[in-house]
Amino acid sequence: MAFVKSALYRLFAKSERFFEFAFGQRYNPFTWLGAFGWYFYWITAATGLYLYIFFDTGIVDAYASVDYMTHQQWYAAGIMRSLHRYASDALVVVVALHLLREFAMDRMRGKHFFAWVTGVPLLAFIYLCGISGYWLVWDELAQYIAIATTEWLDALPFFAEPIANNFLDSEALGGRFFTLMVFIHIFVPLFMLLLMWVHIQRHSSARVNPPRPLAIATLAALVLLSLIYPAVSHGPADLDVVPATVNLDWFYLAGYPLLDIIPGGNVWLIVAAGTILLVLLPWLPPEPKVPEARVSLANCNGCSRCFDDCPFSAITMVSRSDGRPYELEPAVNPGNCTSCGICAGSCPTSTPFRRAKPIKPGIELPHRTISELRDRVMAPVNEVGETPRIIVFACDQGSAESFDDEAGGVRVIKLPCVGMLPPSFVDYALSRQYADGVMLAGCAENDCFHRLGNEWTMRRMARERDPHLRQRVPDERVSMTWLPPGAQRRLGSALRDFRAHLQGLRHE
Amino acid sequence: MNSGLRIPLQVLAYAAFGVAVGYLSASPAYEYADATNTTVKLSLSHAANRVKPCVRLTPEQIAELAPNMRRPETCERQRLPLTVELEIDGEIVANIQAPPSGLWNDGPASVYERFEVEPGMHTITARLRDSTRSGSWDYTHTQDVSLVAGRYFTVTFRAEKGGFSFR
Repeated sequence: MAFVKSALYRLFAKSERFFEFAFGQRYNPFTWLGAFGWYFYWITAATGLYLYIFFDTGIVDAYASVDYMTHQQWYAAGIMRSLHRYASDALVVVVALHLLREFAMDRMRGKHFFAWVTGVPLLAFIYLCGISGYWLVWDELAQYIAIATTEWLDALPFFAEPIANNFLDSEALGGRFFTLMVFIHIFVPLFMLLLMWVHIQRHSSARVNPPRPLAIATLAALVLLSLIYPAVSHGPADLDVVPATVNLDWFYLAGYPLLDIIPGGNVWLIVAAGTILLVLLPWLPPEPKVPEARVSLANCNGCSRCFDDCPFSAITMVSRSDGRPYELEPAVNPGNCTSCGICAGSCPTSTPFRRAKPIKPGIELPHRTISELRDRVMAPVNEVGETPRIIVFACDQGSAESFDDEAGGVRVIKLPCVGMLPPSFVDYALSRQYADGVMLAGCAENDCFHRLGNEWTMRRMARERDPHLRQRVPDERVSMTWLPPGAQRRLGSALRDFRAHLQGLRHE
Repeated sequence: MNSGLRIPLQVLAYAAFGVAVGYLSASPAYEYADATNTTVKLSLSHAANRVKPCVRLTPEQIAELAPNMRRPETCERQRLPLTVELEIDGEIVANIQAPPSGLWNDGPASVYERFEVEPGMHTITARLRDSTRSGSWDYTHTQDVSLVAGRYFTVTFRAEKGGFSFR
């Protein structure tokens, strides 16, 4: 498992460098795969609604109605049909990449399980929608799908009579199954939408729309594809004739040829085993338990910033329980808390300027306290000759893993997420002259392991979001680097540049 | 790399995505069956006889039953397995024993087989046994048929219509 994960990780890291260069980090499509899933769903749903206006839901006339849309009304319904197909194919592509990437990046483990597990039935829904859609055209491909699917279903010990008998020959043809498919193709996407909503329930500020430039360009690419290479039907279905050669949509139907090689019952076993494995992946092997964030009501005024910033909806604001004159207090749901520490970074009491020893903020991680963080900042950094002293606040997940802790005037202070860093620590390190410069090193933009840590940090440092960096902090002594894991060389280069920049400031 | 390359690279990425989606949405073609052969389908669903024959109840036995449960005879639920054989030009191509369906083995047994045969004139014989009879068959049907390339030929069975039917 670890080998597969590591190989996939390297593959993504290498291929994404191209996309990061071509699109820029902010618009790297690989960091928007989930949002693209939603986008392609909506395109498919909208085009499907349009097609339904012209589609005849009876088995006898369905083919003719699709043929009319494809040829007579090629400029509208024909394009819609092609878009419907290509957007649904693109949905499979982004969902597969999304699944593999989350697996490779280890983002489905332990308490991240919810989105992963709820994503597994979504896969089945996507395939059910796609396969039932091809059935509705009632051409030779639909005939092949109908026969192969019902033969596969007959491998289950549930049916008293083979349901493949419905497609035995033209005399056996009835509209019963076709009507069922129309029903499935309309209502399964609605259930799917409900499950998609559940899928992101534990993600606050979930990204369900790709950035506008990417969305527009992708839609334009699909429309262009629809014009150049429109989706067409096979010949009409004839249950007396063998559909010997079919042009499969390999995104949805790649598993069908397997049914000609392996008995249907074994294919069911493979599907069942694969599903169970997918569901269990977050706990293979189980992750060591990490303590959740703890609230200190004596230091909390119920400001709700931790609630606003928590990326996994682990904090709810409830009525005050300690009698102090505040309306609310945060309550941590241990099942959702991933111990990222972003709540501690958002807490206005997490400031090193407080005189209390140890510092006890309103909320923090019990195993990585704000007090310890201050002690780490206050420890002297070895100065080597002219080299400026730099404190690098780096997240555990980013590219700073290979940095020496103390080398060349640099101290690396690791955090579960860079979002755990209260901006006041940057002010403290510089104003109390514990460092000549401060560097923040986190995950790539829009690709934070803890979802929102780098976004909140960027906005806090830009003084756009509370708790923000004080105006007195000289921006030229602060550097922020957002890089994917494994980009150690780029981080080293960024650090060298920052060091040279600070040296320049010294000599001014 | 020069940042002026970005737009061409983006166009390249979208084009590659479009080509991949467009191509794999309908290619490469898959050969499901050999169009030069005939596909024969043997499909039937039939409830075989019960394992033990029904026993007629005496008037006394019927009277002992609750009023809503009174019936002239009593039957065990379990049914026999079905044996089906298909012979083409003297060669047995299928010999299947199908168990009855249902948790209590009381439902119809089903057979569904598909295989390819060279087109042309053939003598096809279908046999079915749904009883405890041994050495012979309850239903047999033989017919000389002309099989056409690229088409289906179906062998079905309906006891109420007299047995096998070839189409």
